[in-house]
Parts: sequence; C-alpha cells; structure tokens
Amino acid sequence: MRIEEHPILDFKRGKILNFTFNGEKLTGYEGESIAAALHAAGVKVLGESLNLHRPRGFYCAIGNCSSCLMVVNGVPNVKTCVTELKEGMVVQTQRGKGVLK
Amino acid sequence: MKTTELLVIGGGPAGLCAALSAAESGASVTVVERNNRLGGQLIKQTHMFFGSREQYASTRGIDIAKILEAELIKYSRQIEVLTDTAVLGLYEDGVVNALYKEEDYFKIKPKAIVAATGAYEKSLAFPNNDLPGIYGAGAVQTLMNVYGVKPGNNVLMVGAGNIGLIVSYQLMQAGVRVAAILDAAPKIGGYLVHASKIARMGVPILCSHTVKEAIGKDCLEKAVICMVDERFSPIPGTEKELEVDVMCISVGLTPLCELLAMRGCEMKYVPQLSGSVPVRNERYETTIENLFVAGDASGIEEASSAMVEGRLAGLCAAAKMGYKPADFDERFKGYAAQLKALRSGPVGEHILRGIEQIVSKEDRHV
Repeated sequence: MRIEEHPILDFKRGKILNFTFNGEKLTGYEGESIAAALHAAGVKVLGESLNLHRPRGFYCAIGNCSSCLMVVNGVPNVKTCVTELKEGMVVQTQRGKGVLK
Repeated sequence: MKTTELLVIGGGPAGLCAALSAAESGASVTVVERNNRLGGQLIKQTHMFFGSREQYASTRGIDIAKILEAELIKYSRQIEVLTDTAVLGLYEDGVVNALYKEEDYFKIKPKAIVAATGAYEKSLAFPNNDLPGIYGAGAVQTLMNVYGVKPGNNVLMVGAGNIGLIVSYQLMQAGVRVAAILDAAPKIGGYLVHASKIARMGVPILCSHTVKEAIGKDCLEKAVICMVDERFSPIPGTEKELEVDVMCISVGLTPLCELLAMRGCEMKYVPQLSGSVPVRNERYETTIENLFVAGDASGIEEASSAMVEGRLAGLCAAAKMGYKPADFDERFKGYAAQLKALRSGPVGEHILRGIEQIVSKEDRHV
C-alpha cells in the first residue's frame, strides 16, 4: 500500500522501525505517524465507538477529529494520526474511554 | 512564565505570514504550532497555486511552505518557533496556556495574539458514514503526499469542488483508481481546468448525485449513490452500487476558532464563510483587544488569501504594539488590493458578502 513511484514527490523514507499492534509485530518508517504506518500495513480499523462499538478509522489525519485514538505504550487517547512512530512502540486498540493513571 | 510580544497561534500559511509581516515591522514573535512541522496544510499540496506573484502563483504548495520557512530564517533573531506545542486556552488576564509534546504545560504572556488556527474538514450525513475507509479528502491527501501511503485501491470522491478535483488527480498520480466524483450540486464547483484534466483521464464527474449509504462490515466495501432533484432530495429508483474501498468526503471546511469563542470574542455564524467566525474590525482585531485573527479561522477561503490576511494581521498587530512602519498605509493598501484581486469572480463575491457581516467599522472591544 506504499507509493513507490510518484511524478512529483520523492519519498525519502527514514529507517525501519519495529512496533507492535495488538501484539502483532509490524514495521514502519521513522518520521511517519502511527496511523500512516498502520495503514501501510493494511490496518484500517484503529478503534471502536464508545457505546455501539462500531469500528473506527482515522478521518481528518490532522489531529482534530479524535477518530484515531489508541492506547500507545499504555497511554490511552493518543491521536495516532499525528503521533510519530517510535522504535518498540506498543500500540493497542482502545476499548472505552481509557483510564488516567 | 514565558513572555513575548506577538504570539502567533498556528504555523500554517496565515500564521507564518503574520509572523513574517510583524517581524518585518520590528516586533518579536513567537509562533506556536501543534504539529511537529511548520507549513500547515501546505505540506501536502503538490498542486501549483493560482493567484498572482505575491501569493506564489505557479508554485506548488509544498514549495511555498519551504519558501516561507526560508523567510523565517532571515528573521531568526526576531521569530521564535515552537513546534509540537498546542495552545489549550486563552485567559482573561492575557495568559495563554500551552502544552508541549502532550506532556509539559507552560504559560505564555504575549502583548498581542494572532490566531491563525485554520480549519477542519466537514463530514456528510448518510448511513454508515463512520466506516473506516471513509476519510476526509484532505486526510487522504496527507496520507498520500506526506507519508507516501495509498489509502486503498478504488476511490469514490464526494464533492467536485477544488479540493475534490485536486485530490482525485493526486490519487491517480499515486496510482490509485478513482471510480467517480460526485456532487449534489447541478454543476461542478471547482475550476474547470482541474475538472477537464480529470474528465480527460476517464473519471466520470456525476453532478446532482449524492451518497445514499455506505456498506461494509469492518471497512467500506460498497457505496450506494443516487441522483438528487433540484431540492437535493434523493430520486427513488436512481440508486447505483459502486464497489469502492475508499470514500473521500470533500464537502467543505469549517473554521477552527474554538480558542477565540472560548476567550469571549463575539462570534457570528456566517454561511458564506462556512461557519461560526469572530466579529472583527478592518485591522483583523476581534472584539477582544489585541487578539487578532487571520486565514481560514476567520472564514474559509484559499491558502493564497490566508497568506495575505496573515500579512495584514501581522502588520496591524505589530502597529498596535507600537511597531508602526513609516509605510504602514502603503503596505496595508497593497495587501488589501491583493485580497480584492483574489476575491474577484463569483466565488469571491460570495466570500465578500460573508465578510461584510463580520467586519465592524469601529472598535467594539468587550
């Protein structure tokens, strides 16, 4: 799902980073958002709605709509569309509103 | 507590131009940007801009962002940039509350503020519009042009305005099929030059059409589209199913001005400006003294006009703080003339009818 050739843009991808999504080992590139790395790996469902538990993906990709909230390294409500992927991140689907520690 | 002369909230086209303009007048400026890079939505705009030379016409948005950043460096002694910093609140005592990297809270006390907070994409109401695979057209543009990731294989574009047309073209540049572009209006809203380019590539542009329903279990699998009559009501019996895994919603933007509303600026709902926007004077100052606004936050337009508005707001905010250049009137009139030129034509007339409703001739500070 990655663009390899483009008439205008030259994607200079950073180094490969390892992370997990619900325990599954995935890779992404340095400099990209968590949501972009997940999407490139074919993961479109990022979470679920609070009451009806309907699947949720990102919508705005600029950190505004809260449709992409996930648990990252144990912290809930992380806006994965604007949070940069880091080596070893543990990314999980969020159920419910999340708990502040 | 951090102090500064001018605080610019938002590092997009309007904010950067406000910072540059105020610095040119002699003011010290702090730009706060919630993302990790400057440029706002310019960073995903691979198309060339219209307008005139002053607004970087015939230059791609991505390159305009670089030009503005290079200009910032010229003023590096006056302009400080804080990325990864979100402004959370503006308070009555003039203190601004900000958050760095979602971790560290701090306070800023500026003498004046330009809010250039931009806009966000509207949604459209239809059954299952929340299925993953249904994204804002701008979101897909970010995914493709910033991260180099395809949104899917087969796209339905909803909305034939400029964003819908441009993103459709960019999808094809990225090697993604666009099944159709539809718009509820009886004619194409965007520039004909964009529309004909797309039509030549064999993509049907269906006017007087809307989405009736999205179908899919976990993600979008199909879209049901139908024709609408002149009152935008669906016409029974005209339904058609399209097998698409992505739907882009491109039905306009809404100004992002919660911070201004929260601070108590007088707000007004103006349909021509696409939402609730602050009442202001001709110098871009809201009804709260020393709080200015520019760009999409003061009404949805294009990045070209956002940049000119930013220059104006920065000029006026600096003047208010005592940095009034000798050629103030000339510069003010020059920018106003640029805006007038950008707002010629039917779309511009529509915008001007909106602006008339929010600009008060006298100061009405509350």
